[in-house]
Amino acid sequence: MIRYSILLFGIIATFMIAMFGLTILPKIFIDEGVKEPIYFTPFEVTEGHRIFVREGCIYCHSKQTRPEGFGADVERGWGRGSEATDYRNLLPHNLGTMRTGPDLANIGARQSGREWHYINLYQPRAINEESIMPPFPWLFDVVSEDARPGRDGLNLPERFRIPGKKILPTDEARYLVAYLISLDQETGVQ
Amino acid sequence: MNQEKQSNQNKELSVTELDQKARFVVLFLILSGVFWLLFGTLLALVASIKMHLPEWLGSAEWLTFGRVRPLHLNTMVYGWASLTGAGVALWMLSRLLKVPILLRGYIIVAGAVWNIALLVGSIQILAGFSRGIEWLEFPVSTMVAIVLCVIIMSASVLLMILTRRVKQLYVSVWYILAAFLWFPLLGLVSSLPIFDTPTVQAGMNWWYAHNALGLWFTPVGLAAAYYFIPKVLGRPIYSYGLSLLGFWGLALFYNWNGFHHLIGGPVPTWFVTISIAASVMMVIPVVVVAVNHHMTVVGSFSAIKYSPTLRFVVFAAMSYTFVSLQGSMQALRSVNEVIHFTHFVVAHAHIGMYAFVTMMLFGACYYILPRITLREWHSKKLIKWHFWLTAIGIIIYAGALQGIGLFQGFAMNDPDVPFTDTVTMTIPYLIARSVSGILMGAGHLIFAWLLVRMVFQPGEQPATPLIWEKIRKEFAL
Repeated sequence: MIRYSILLFGIIATFMIAMFGLTILPKIFIDEGVKEPIYFTPFEVTEGHRIFVREGCIYCHSKQTRPEGFGADVERGWGRGSEATDYRNLLPHNLGTMRTGPDLANIGARQSGREWHYINLYQPRAINEESIMPPFPWLFDVVSEDARPGRDGLNLPERFRIPGKKILPTDEARYLVAYLISLDQETGVQ
Repeated sequence: MNQEKQSNQNKELSVTELDQKARFVVLFLILSGVFWLLFGTLLALVASIKMHLPEWLGSAEWLTFGRVRPLHLNTMVYGWASLTGAGVALWMLSRLLKVPILLRGYIIVAGAVWNIALLVGSIQILAGFSRGIEWLEFPVSTMVAIVLCVIIMSASVLLMILTRRVKQLYVSVWYILAAFLWFPLLGLVSSLPIFDTPTVQAGMNWWYAHNALGLWFTPVGLAAAYYFIPKVLGRPIYSYGLSLLGFWGLALFYNWNGFHHLIGGPVPTWFVTISIAASVMMVIPVVVVAVNHHMTVVGSFSAIKYSPTLRFVVFAAMSYTFVSLQGSMQALRSVNEVIHFTHFVVAHAHIGMYAFVTMMLFGACYYILPRITLREWHSKKLIKWHFWLTAIGIIIYAGALQGIGLFQGFAMNDPDVPFTDTVTMTIPYLIARSVSGILMGAGHLIFAWLLVRMVFQPGEQPATPLIWEKIRKEFAL
């Protein structure tokens, strides 16, 4: 026969001990090493991170590479295994759990060209015919060919072009791409 | 003899009275849960179809995959399963403790606030104001509102236990009490602003997310299994000792499982190892509970033919055993290396939240609603359709995604396979998932229609009970 008081005590105690073990202890151990380096994070990058979260990129792209010998991330050229210090104290954490698309922890080192990212965001099928990534047309302005002289539209393949129009990235697209390019574990952390 | 009959009748009457007092609260919680079930199903279908037709609704900012997919999870978890689960748990508690549900007025207000919080949170996620943490996408304000509503229900649970009219606390009561203490604590800790570095937040994230299932939905689901299996069959649970072991095993080990989501990730290995050990230890409470339930059903298995409740509940209890043992295996590093980051895990989560929790709640609803409304289900045939559509739907879902998830994992770990191939190989199975979603969605519509028919009484009502006659004769209940 379980008594009410024992039940109550047991329920709270089991919870509290595990909470201490899995949330407070890691905070003490990890924070110590992570909080020290103070990064300068440009405005574009923090804004880009916000848009990355807003569009839910993390539901298809993990942002954590696995260490050598565990999985094939290193062999795929996705860079070394991620470290706690790679995340530049940007919250939320965005480690992710899915790889419907490739891992992004080191995307800035693999794809450093802005144009490539713009095209991929505007129309992923223009980069890879078989991609199942959603398009993000609301991050782009469609303007007439002669508007905003001096700025070239995206260099899209013929079938994705709109006649008489050119496609320009908005500020949000520029921030997001700045953030993606900042994801570089080769040079990001010493 | 006569006297015994007399006292039996008194007991019956008091049960009916308890049900009548529970009527409005429980109906309100279950009906609003079912509303979120339908909404969440719609979101699920949109998200699923978008995975193989990425251009569909492609220019609608509010409906991009990255917003619909988290909202699907949040409406199912905090809407359907939490609201309906709370209704089912409170009803069981009232029956088990022989006291009416207390603080009914406050719970109604809490339920209303909860629904408004869900609505506001949903709009915020679709508008792009997600918190961006899996299972915690609702903004902190929504989460805190929900937790405060749960605390009101927790107060009711504690008061009911203090004023109970029975001596013994049945095993379902332990689980319900635990659930109503654990969930608000989880919600509050997860909302604290102390997790301010990315990897620490990731740790909190998976401690929370795994425990939301393990310490909230699982205890409510197991309480229902422990209640309805013996109730429908009219025999006691097989072993009190095993119940005890199962309960404390869950309390000790489930709490520690969260970090197995971060195997191979940027956190100290020893935290991960603790979680792997705890995940494997979960085999003990799971097997113990499975044996206890199985030994109770053994010999009267044919009753699932006649009782919709038992059919759903037994399906759910078997799914619980399956999904938990699978989970213990998935936590092993060698297995996790393959299946992490693939559709295998998505399917695993659905076996937990759907094949176990959701099916359990369906079963509970089939038992509870006729008793609180004093009306019969409208159609035996439609209940069967509901069961088979949802059961076959989730089996296709799990089979398709776990099958391909395994190959996707192997392909991903083979650097000679181009990444694009790991995507294209999944497409036929993603289509199968959409089909299974349509089947389950059809089942949900049938369930909702049966509910509307029963509660709001459009059209003619059946004159005699449809399902219970036969089981009453068979098992002399």
